[in-house]
Amino acid sequence: MIIDHPLLGPCDAQEFTYKGDACLIDRPEGLGDGAEAAFHDYAYLRDNPAGLHRELWFHEQGDRSWLVVTRNTLTHEIVGVELARDVARSRGRGR
Amino acid sequence: MRYSGFRVLKEALSGHKGWRPLWRSPDPQPAYDIVIVGGGGHGLATAYYLAREFRQHRIAVIEKGWIGGGNVGRNTTIIRSNYLLDGNEPFYEYSLKLWEGLEQELNYNAMVSQRGIVNLFHSDAQRDAYIRRGNAMILHGADAELLDLAALRREYPFVDFDNARFPIKGGLAQRRGGTVRHDAVAWGYARAADALGVDIIQNCQVTGFRIENGRCLGVETARGHIGAGKVGVAVAGSSSRVMAQAGLRLPIESHVLQAFVSEGLKPVLPGVITFGAGHFYCSQSDKGGLVFGGDLDGYNSYAQRGNLPVIEDVAEGGMALFPGLGRVRLLRAWGGVMDMSMDGSPIIDRTPVEQLYFNGGWCYGGFKATPAAGMCFAHLLATDSPHPTATAYRLDRFARGFMIDEKGMGAQPNLH
Repeated sequence: MIIDHPLLGPCDAQEFTYKGDACLIDRPEGLGDGAEAAFHDYAYLRDNPAGLHRELWFHEQGDRSWLVVTRNTLTHEIVGVELARDVARSRGRGR
Repeated sequence: MRYSGFRVLKEALSGHKGWRPLWRSPDPQPAYDIVIVGGGGHGLATAYYLAREFRQHRIAVIEKGWIGGGNVGRNTTIIRSNYLLDGNEPFYEYSLKLWEGLEQELNYNAMVSQRGIVNLFHSDAQRDAYIRRGNAMILHGADAELLDLAALRREYPFVDFDNARFPIKGGLAQRRGGTVRHDAVAWGYARAADALGVDIIQNCQVTGFRIENGRCLGVETARGHIGAGKVGVAVAGSSSRVMAQAGLRLPIESHVLQAFVSEGLKPVLPGVITFGAGHFYCSQSDKGGLVFGGDLDGYNSYAQRGNLPVIEDVAEGGMALFPGLGRVRLLRAWGGVMDMSMDGSPIIDRTPVEQLYFNGGWCYGGFKATPAAGMCFAHLLATDSPHPTATAYRLDRFARGFMIDEKGMGAQPNLH
């Protein structure tokens, strides 16, 4: 698989380490109500779709950026790549 | 129709005209007492043990394709019970004991071959870990034997013992481990279940569950509604997809695992051997092909095929162990979809939906578990209580903090 890195251009997926579902960006509030249940779902439960899947890849042997890759789990076709930083900021993280 | 030497002889002399199909192809009835979703090894074994051990009647197995066309026909056929943790080892040892009596019980040649399995170790620390594992196996009634270099050299003389980077120091052997003809397991269970009156309904995809007031009343299928007193789901690989139809999110990711077979060779490998310094395991089929595999590709996939980097990695592992096989040609490579659970161990449990039961999360250990998984799932479906060897395989163990993590990897499914 070739991942089209937004900054570096096409890179072999071998340069990356796979983390998992991009929902891991949405870490629950640790002190909020129901934090225990929220962290259980966050840590252990996954949608695991057959089809388009947004997922985190770490460019470990490259520029060490985190990417959100949208990939079809039925065909391995990659249809979108974003910087995870941009995705996280757009979702209100990192403030 | 029973199989016997006499029967083979009689058919040979009469032009093989007396053989009959091994199971019927019935139309689904409007309702059953128990419906099993998934006609793989686990589903068929469950139906068989429900009928045979638990005297249940009106059972159906519903399969979206043909039986045995999923992971039971895509694995590397190894059976063993060399686990460490209390939650796992009694279950897998029970499974190995069931394998030992399986062919006589089913009157079907599944080619169960206890040719032994050896896990190689390459360092003092790894030796200590394997001694500990061997002791845990013995404490649970399994067999384990620590092999020194001299014994290993006698049994596997062609292995590269003096690899400069990872010299082999010894191995942990389980003599009762081995291989089984995987397709024959599905066919043998199907034939035996059919003979006990189980309806095996092929090419009939389950498209949903009928759930009212938190109770499962049946399944919606490509061939209409089928009512059920209880529904058991055994569809490892597709568990998340199927259980999502009942509104459940599971602690499971689907990953692709590749396997390989070489061209046929004269007998070279007496048993199953695993490389301890990388992920590579290998056995030789009775046809002569080397059957081997290694790591997951590592990303979520339902594609039933993987990519080249893992093929290269597995081949490198094989070359590190058997440099003499470098000219052997690869005949086939294929992929299967694994239910990778969050702690690397399976689930056999009730679900929050009443009358809906779940068997899945087998990672890549599902084939060796087939008989015990069938027996334990049947026990759960028939009695509503877990089988004594499967009490740890609870769906809610992650919330309660009772993970069964053999490798200590944490909630990262592609590392188990």
